[in-house]
Amino acid sequence: MSAAIRIEGVTKRFGGVQALAGIDLDIAEGEFFGLLGPNGAGKTTLISALAGLVRPDAGRLMVMGHDVVSDYRAARRRLGVVPQELVFDPFFTVRETLQIQSGYFGIRDNTAWIDEILHNLDLTEKADTNMRQLSGGMKRRVLAAQALVHRPAVIVLDEPTAGVDVELRQGLWSFVRRLNRDGHTIVLTTHYLEEAESLCGRIAMLKQGRIVALDTTANLLRRVSGHVLRLRLAAGMALPAALRSRMSEEAGGEYVLPLECCEDIEPVLGSLREAGCRLDGIEIVKPDLEEVFVRVMND
Amino acid sequence: MGGFSTLLYKEVLRFWKVGFQTMATPILTSLLYLLIFSHVLEKHVRVYDSISYTAFLVPGLVMMSLLQNAFANSSSSLIQSKITGNIVFMLLPPISYFQFFAAFVLAAAMRGILVGAGVLLVTLWFVELSWQAPLWILVFALLGGAIMGAFGIIAGIWAEKFDQMAVFQNFIVVPLTFLSGVFYSIHSLPLFWQRLSHYNPVFYMIDGFRYGFFGVSDAPPFISLGVVGACFAVLTAFTLWLLRIGYKLRA
Repeated sequence: MSAAIRIEGVTKRFGGVQALAGIDLDIAEGEFFGLLGPNGAGKTTLISALAGLVRPDAGRLMVMGHDVVSDYRAARRRLGVVPQELVFDPFFTVRETLQIQSGYFGIRDNTAWIDEILHNLDLTEKADTNMRQLSGGMKRRVLAAQALVHRPAVIVLDEPTAGVDVELRQGLWSFVRRLNRDGHTIVLTTHYLEEAESLCGRIAMLKQGRIVALDTTANLLRRVSGHVLRLRLAAGMALPAALRSRMSEEAGGEYVLPLECCEDIEPVLGSLREAGCRLDGIEIVKPDLEEVFVRVMND
Repeated sequence: MGGFSTLLYKEVLRFWKVGFQTMATPILTSLLYLLIFSHVLEKHVRVYDSISYTAFLVPGLVMMSLLQNAFANSSSSLIQSKITGNIVFMLLPPISYFQFFAAFVLAAAMRGILVGAGVLLVTLWFVELSWQAPLWILVFALLGGAIMGAFGIIAGIWAEKFDQMAVFQNFIVVPLTFLSGVFYSIHSLPLFWQRLSHYNPVFYMIDGFRYGFFGVSDAPPFISLGVVGACFAVLTAFTLWLLRIGYKLRA
């Protein structure tokens, strides 16, 4: 599959800060890609460079094969960006905002698609409301709608769910998933790692302007030890010596045992049975992206 | 709609929606100038032999409002968009530098011309004007509006806060327009100030515009047209260059 986004050797310095220190990245058409990293890692700078808002010092970026500098008009037609900042034009209603945004992309009559976006983002009732009168969450939905008016092949969402309630977040994700199923390439940055874990097929982690991890979400999760077993023994019971040696932590009568794989649980339970241990509680915990993230960032 | 026509539509809609502030107010201000100055000076000042002071004053006031409002339109739109951050909506789409420039300049000229026409209509109640060379009126109105529209883009791009914009407005645009022969003929000035006035491009805009009404002017009209045309060409080139390099717009 060809690359929806190609980033080659991109660097950018703001004064004394090296915001991007040589980024190489290919994102294939149809991917749901996550860009993670702490504040100041360079995520927004990278997205801004892709959108032409920031000019890289070196390297080049392409959207659907079009260079974002030399062929910027073709590149921008194929890219929709939901910016991180909650910005709006106070002069216009929601519908006017979307019609104007469509016009910027040279689309004359976009009513049917605008209605569909409004419906999917639960904004139909607010179509004729002035932007100033919308709540923060609603304004963020309009931002998402603005990025979609021209049906871009590549959609970049820069922390789209910051400050958005659960219901809307789910609505937004089901819409974005649908767009992804329809063939749109999605790039997402978020601080909600569980969102990235459930949505993204592949993830890049950025730190100080560099990519420090790049893999499928499944492979990244495998990097940490896998599942862990949390055991709470009945009063007066002690953990058998064989299990104590492989215990990773103990806190408040709860023992944590790392598992190589799910089948690994059987010998643990066997040891507990043999020792006559009674349990008060047992829980298998899946590895999560947060653990991977913390580990990668601390490396 | 294409990028240019949409941006033009948006810029026009922006000032149209707040028409009281952007059009009615400057028209009223100009009318007040006319009433006060003509009341005080009508019997004391005679600029050209056959023209009353009030009649002389009208084209100057029309052009002054036109210029100030054209500047106000592009500059305030850009600084507001920059400060609120919604300028990103104009930077993300495939709008070329030239389309961006043309839409902002044309919208600014349209507001300027609407305000100028409003001032002209209202003042016609008080004074009878002649229309010696209507084409000159139109050409100078368009060029004046476009020059100030382009200057407003430069100010809007450069200024990072409203305070800096006020510097442009109050220390450059207002003095240049007030000291350009709106209220007097520069021939009534001492020689030094007369000569200095010839370095003020706004003088030529107003003088050429006034020529269209009365067929007389302080400077030959073709000289005025040359100066104004050259100003427009230089400002256009400079503004397009700023937009092309993304000065203060694209990091």
